[in-house]
Amino acid sequence: MTGGLLFALTGVALFASGVAGVVLIDNLLRRILAFNLMGSGAFLVLVGLAQRNEVADPVPQAMVLTGIVVAVAATALALAMTRKYHALTGRLELTGDDND
Amino acid sequence: MVWLIALPLGWASLTVLLGPRRGAWTAISALTAQLWLAFELAQTVRATGTVRHAVGGWGAPLGIDLAVDGLSAAMLLLAQGVALPVAIYARAYFKVRSGHPGGVWFWPLLGFLIAGLNALFASADLFNLYVTLELVGLAAVALVAAGGGAPQVAAALRYLFATLLGSGAYLLGVALIYGVYGTVSTATLEPLLTVEAPRLAWIAGLLMLSGLMLKTALFPFHYWLPPAHGGAATPVSALLSALVVKASFYLILRLWIGPFAALVDRIAWLPAVLGATAVIWGSWHALRAVRLKALVAWSTVAQIGYLFLVFPLLGDDRIALHAGGMQMVSHAFAKAAMFTAAGVIVHTTGRDAVAEVAGVASRLPVTLFAFGLAGMTLMGLPPSGGFLAKWLLIEAALARGRWDMVVVVLAGGLLAAAYTFRVLRQAFLLPPSGERRRVERRPIAVLEWTAFVLAAASVAMGLRGMEIVQLLDAGT
Amino acid sequence: MKRLAVTALATGFAVVLVEAMLNLGPAAIDLRIPVRENLAESGVSHAVTAVLLNYRGYDTLLEVAVLLLALVAVLTVTDEADVAFPHMEHPVLQTLARLATPLMTVVAVYLLWAGAFRPGGAFQAGSVLAAAAVLLHLVGLLPGWRSPRLPLRLGLVAGLLTFLAVATAMLARGALLEYPPSMAGGLILLIESVLTVSLALILAGLFLLLSRDEGPS
Repeated sequence: MTGGLLFALTGVALFASGVAGVVLIDNLLRRILAFNLMGSGAFLVLVGLAQRNEVADPVPQAMVLTGIVVAVAATALALAMTRKYHALTGRLELTGDDND
Repeated sequence: MVWLIALPLGWASLTVLLGPRRGAWTAISALTAQLWLAFELAQTVRATGTVRHAVGGWGAPLGIDLAVDGLSAAMLLLAQGVALPVAIYARAYFKVRSGHPGGVWFWPLLGFLIAGLNALFASADLFNLYVTLELVGLAAVALVAAGGGAPQVAAALRYLFATLLGSGAYLLGVALIYGVYGTVSTATLEPLLTVEAPRLAWIAGLLMLSGLMLKTALFPFHYWLPPAHGGAATPVSALLSALVVKASFYLILRLWIGPFAALVDRIAWLPAVLGATAVIWGSWHALRAVRLKALVAWSTVAQIGYLFLVFPLLGDDRIALHAGGMQMVSHAFAKAAMFTAAGVIVHTTGRDAVAEVAGVASRLPVTLFAFGLAGMTLMGLPPSGGFLAKWLLIEAALARGRWDMVVVVLAGGLLAAAYTFRVLRQAFLLPPSGERRRVERRPIAVLEWTAFVLAAASVAMGLRGMEIVQLLDAGT
Repeated sequence: MKRLAVTALATGFAVVLVEAMLNLGPAAIDLRIPVRENLAESGVSHAVTAVLLNYRGYDTLLEVAVLLLALVAVLTVTDEADVAFPHMEHPVLQTLARLATPLMTVVAVYLLWAGAFRPGGAFQAGSVLAAAAVLLHLVGLLPGWRSPRLPLRLGLVAGLLTFLAVATAMLARGALLEYPPSMAGGLILLIESVLTVSLALILAGLFLLLSRDEGPS
């Protein structure tokens, strides 16, 4: 069990938790947090799995940097929309059919 | 080819610089240039095969490769071909509704959307495709939320979470692929992904395809589409139904016949079953929809189902591939036409319920004609593009003895006729006399005629079907 | 019920994935070799920066577009009548912020410069600058933003436009984003510098646009 592999396995756990969170949780802010958890999990897998033999690989590291920026952009949009939704309805949960 | 990506990125930034509500003419002129470029590219691909471009000069797997074959060239042509009329429509639409908050930053958002779409169709690198998916997805979500009240923002939030789940799954798949093979270039991966691939590669494929199916609103992942497409501003609905859902489907197709070709035979039945269900489910809801735009949105759910029927039929004869390509192209034009026509009806009558469009036929003949033509494609009437698509689909199905699929295609066509005629019948009825003095606005020629152009294009696709099929075959 | 099904599915999936990971051989392709071999021509001496701004610079170009898009998207969904964001006008905090800002700026410039030969670069530098702006806003020294005016819009798009301009200029002699080895270092530094400013503005904007506070009253 190398360090890289440990990161990757943790990443899987985080990803699974994140997905479950986005699907099951109703509160919008917590869903956004769950999405970030999911993203972090994917990044850990990307870097950890590629470096499972304990040697640093710059390519996945650069990819994760890009991924983080994309996740920031998505989170910002999600938060702005949640803010607007709350301003319009006073609620922090989407109502109606909300499966998945 | 590179300019098809660089230009929209450029004018997206420029329209930000120009400021709120500005940039319509920049966008329209650039889109015209892009349409011409797409034509040139398609000609080149037909003549000389796949066009490749190694960004940075490095070449895969170190660098990122762009590759445009017949399918990509067709999609690029489609994207510019739909975007230009819709942009012209949007300019008039937002001018008439000068207070509509959706028109404030529409042009930069459109630019980023088109840039993302073009980049997606041209890319041959799995991680790069992830970035393009996000560019398209976030732009689409923003366009849905723009200028809306609570229902639009709620629909946009639902859409956002769906699209993020989809791209998250896709990203994990890419992470696994890189872990297993050390590269994310599709060309490099193709020979490496054999039937003996490690379990992780199979899981990666499953993740990526499921994520993309969620983004394409395949049943049962369709829940986010009707509120988003039905509630957004009309030009946005047109772009979303015509182009954005095609982008993720294109990617599924690309992965299916490309890197994952060796792995997917066993599960080809699943998307087909889901697709067949989507055709019936979507059409049923379209028949019962109360609002006009909701009807058109549910129709999208149904028509997307047709696309997924091709997967068990793919083979060396390429008929199914042609069918999928034709369906994508004709549906895109038809759906854009239908939404823009619906937008004109809603705008002119001030009402958006199907039951209340009575009597518009006399005042909006061009629009109704456009709606009808678009319906022809959805139903599959000759000589429209939709007819050709369904014909090819039936041909491919019969070649493999899949009578069940033939039934689904025909049933879907009948249902599409039912919901199209539902609208047309209402429109041709005279309104009850007491209501004739309802408050209305004048119809606007630009809006009506762009809808008509889009509808005519969807029919023209059928007339030029052979050329499209030839293009789809180029580069293989 | 749904909770149970989803949790079970997620757990099952995780287990399958873990098991598949534990029995994995080495990768078919090792990209570290070409990265190292071409490092001399890439214009920088840090491998990750080389990947980010040269080998896979196209990804970076698109990601800057995604960030700018996010800013426009945030502008789209916020309007002037939103809730005001409270801030603290405590003099101690304000002094601390005033002391921290020049330090953070210096760190940012260092990070930008250092990116060529160690971890660092435009994104890191831009983030630090944006953090400084957010800090100043939280203590009441920097007002929140309304719809950006022309100078601000120029700053926001300058990064992407510069990157795009350099990338397409390279088309004249080869591929998109193909830097000539002699100029690669300089071009990358140019792109990164303008990018730092733009990224700082974009990232700061993502926070400051959502705040309706106009500063000390």
